[in-house]
Amino acid sequence: MALTGLEIYKLLPQTNCKECGYPTCLAFAMKLAAKQAELKACPYVTEEAKVKLEAASSPPMRLIEIGPADHRLQVGNETVLFRHEKTFYHRPGLFWRLRDTEKPDDLKKKVAEADAYQVDYVGIDLTLDGFAIEAASGDPKTYSAAVAAVRAASQKPLILIVTSPELAKAGLEAAGDSRPLLHAATAENWQAMAELAKSAKVPLAASAPDLEALAALTENLTKAGLEDLVLDPGVANYRDSLEQLTIARRLALRKNFRPLGFPVITFPGAAGADETLLAAEHIAKYAGFIVLDTFDPASLYPLLVLRQNIYTDPQKPIQVQPGLYEINSPKPDSPVMVTTNFSITYFAVANEVEGSGWPAWLVVADAEGMSVLTAWAAGKFDAERIAKSIKGLGIDQKVSHRKVLIPGHVAVLSGELEEELPGWQILVGPREAVDISGYLKAMWTN
Amino acid sequence: MTIEIPKEKWAGKVREVKIGATQADGGTRSRVVTLGGEAALPHLGFEGALPNPPVLAIEVRDRKPDDWSPLLVQAWGEAMQDPGDWARAAEAAGAEMIYLALSLTDSDGQKNTPAKARTAVRKVLDATGLPLTVVGPGQAEIDNELMVPVAEEAKGERILLGICEEKNYRTLVAAALANDHLVQSKTPMDVNLSKQLVILIHDMGLPLERIVIDPTTGALGYGIEYGYSVMERLRLAALQGDSMTQQPMIVTPGEEAWRVKEARVGEGVPQAWGDWERRSLNWEAVTASSLLYAGANILVLRHPETLKRLRGVVDGLKDPA
Ligand code: B12
Ligand code: SF4
Repeated sequence: MALTGLEIYKLLPQTNCKECGYPTCLAFAMKLAAKQAELKACPYVTEEAKVKLEAASSPPMRLIEIGPADHRLQVGNETVLFRHEKTFYHRPGLFWRLRDTEKPDDLKKKVAEADAYQVDYVGIDLTLDGFAIEAASGDPKTYSAAVAAVRAASQKPLILIVTSPELAKAGLEAAGDSRPLLHAATAENWQAMAELAKSAKVPLAASAPDLEALAALTENLTKAGLEDLVLDPGVANYRDSLEQLTIARRLALRKNFRPLGFPVITFPGAAGADETLLAAEHIAKYAGFIVLDTFDPASLYPLLVLRQNIYTDPQKPIQVQPGLYEINSPKPDSPVMVTTNFSITYFAVANEVEGSGWPAWLVVADAEGMSVLTAWAAGKFDAERIAKSIKGLGIDQKVSHRKVLIPGHVAVLSGELEEELPGWQILVGPREAVDISGYLKAMWTN
Repeated sequence: MTIEIPKEKWAGKVREVKIGATQADGGTRSRVVTLGGEAALPHLGFEGALPNPPVLAIEVRDRKPDDWSPLLVQAWGEAMQDPGDWARAAEAAGAEMIYLALSLTDSDGQKNTPAKARTAVRKVLDATGLPLTVVGPGQAEIDNELMVPVAEEAKGERILLGICEEKNYRTLVAAALANDHLVQSKTPMDVNLSKQLVILIHDMGLPLERIVIDPTTGALGYGIEYGYSVMERLRLAALQGDSMTQQPMIVTPGEEAWRVKEARVGEGVPQAWGDWERRSLNWEAVTASSLLYAGANILVLRHPETLKRLRGVVDGLKDPA
């Protein structure tokens, strides 16, 4: 919880010696509160004040970074419980769990395939975030070979799932400088795990059967000098995970409860649950790392899209630049169509037209990032605006015909549009983008 | 280390609404569904009472639709030819409520008629003992023409009549008042619009215990986040004591999800989309389950497999056993 300038002032020496570069301690305190100055500029703060100020200025939920420098994944540092209060910042990482009981070559093949997985959603490339490798064999050599195999096939961040310090050591060595997440310290092994995580400089997950035990464990780890921690409350069903993750998030954000101020890792496939739907819960409600047992594009794609949707900033609809888009190298006799600059709308249409092979001129009107009907209802996609876009883009210079296709949902605009665009013929297209190709086949003649 | 569970102290709760009437109440339903009553955020039982778990409804049409995904047609098969058979199949699949949507036209393209609408409703009422929602095709004039006779046909059964929208609610509310039914009040993803329409409907004399709100849903990937956040805000407002937001919520993830390309199209789509059938089913189930966390009280679904999976979620949220 941030302190006010006055609260900070009370912790400063109050001698106004000016060495910090500010005329008074109060002026410096105000700058600190506004996060425009750094505490170390004052040489005279007491240790006690330093601890208090640092604790108050660090975020209530720590930002955790894993993975090699050029494939960093950032998780945590969330500030709200509901996305409408501001936004959720760091999308939870989606990982695929593999076990070292498989042969290194088989692992390599699987990992290479999943590593290459990439799906386009409204112009955004969505991918799996990394791999979790479980030391199921119990044998350090086997584990080390498995981690090396996965690393050989992918640069993505890793999670090392181990039960003993020996296995952890083997895994960390094989992981080299790739900054994996080490999973997990428990009440039994935490001292040894803490030592390993500290010397390897990697984040450490703490695992305990309930939040109280977990908080006790992270306190110990913090005292041992570790800062980068992840929570594994071991939740395995819809109700427990919703409750535990909500309680942890509330304690961290509302009560500034440090021992639970870390992102959470979950394993939605662990207890034979409906992995897709439990993972969906974890995306909506507060997981930071989600480790899947299945790699199935038919499930991963909807989960990636859900994650994208939940983590979109509610203040700004995702939008594309208004303007004229050329699809499949259009010629003067190619169709002209109009749509809005809401990303979902634009890509629904652009992908459809592109996939159909039709060359086309796509006029993207500035509808302030709204869908066709929303923009129409809000007065941002009316005949006047559409006409303005068409005239402004000089399309009459580019095409030899005078026909423009409008979305079927706004058929009502065609009369007005004819008035606004003298000489142009207004064609009312189908309602859904999927049907554009069929429509053009039947209706587009020159 | 002991931790104190941070519970919110809420001033309000969601209104309890009952759909359906058994013989004792002058109807013929074998069961009644009770919605609402929550004194806590969705599924957070540690915080307050959650007397009534969400209800899973299946959407049934008065005739076999022309444009539904072949996957849905495969799932329901012959039953789609008759609304009574379809409703019976839905009940057998585990539906707790039937959501009957009337079509604009018959299979020959002729306008739907009051007589046909009555027949469809009668068939469904006779085929199952489940409580019922009936909604019109969504065009004001035809809705009013069809829904008044529907309300009369189902008199005494306490069905949910839809869809009341800002531009067209009076006739439907009057029909609900005259025949002792409930109404579904739909507004486009906006907290204030939702409240306003509830007030307008209530002002006509319909008790709040007979209004269910539809805050409007977008499919996964097609605007789900807007509806999701409006639902969260409505539910927070309800718990904070804002009376006109305290209505249970009905949402239609089945309809929304099965309309999008990811569910509709099996060929010529990116390989990264994965197997068509599993993807479609996931699209509907993920859309639906996400809305549960935002406070949905009725989920209207289309595919029997989604129904089964959502049953697992609803039960698991209540009692993980
Ligand atoms: C998400 C949403 C919102 C979001 C906005 C999202 C955004 N950035 O646009 C929010 C919550 C902000 C919103 C607000 C409003 N909304 Co709104 N909203 C929706 C919702 C649920 C989905 C819209 C959507 O994203 N669809 C997906 C996109 C991809 O669809 P699309 O743009 O139409 O594109 C498709 C087709 O049109 C076609 N297409 C597109 N371009 C082209 C071009 C050609 C040539 C062709 C052939 C085809 C084609 O292809 C696409 C894919 O098939 C719809 C209801 C629904 N379920 O559809 C209501 C809806 C559009 N909203 C509606 C209304 C009234 C409003 C508000 C005015 C209400 C209010 N006062 O709050 C406001 C207006 C905004 C404002 N003043 O700020 C109404 C419009 C009613 C009408 N017919 O006029 C709808 C239909 C809901 C309803 N049933 O009442 N809304
Ligand atoms: S250096 Fe420290 S003591 Fe001196 S004025 Fe600045 S804040 Fe005050």
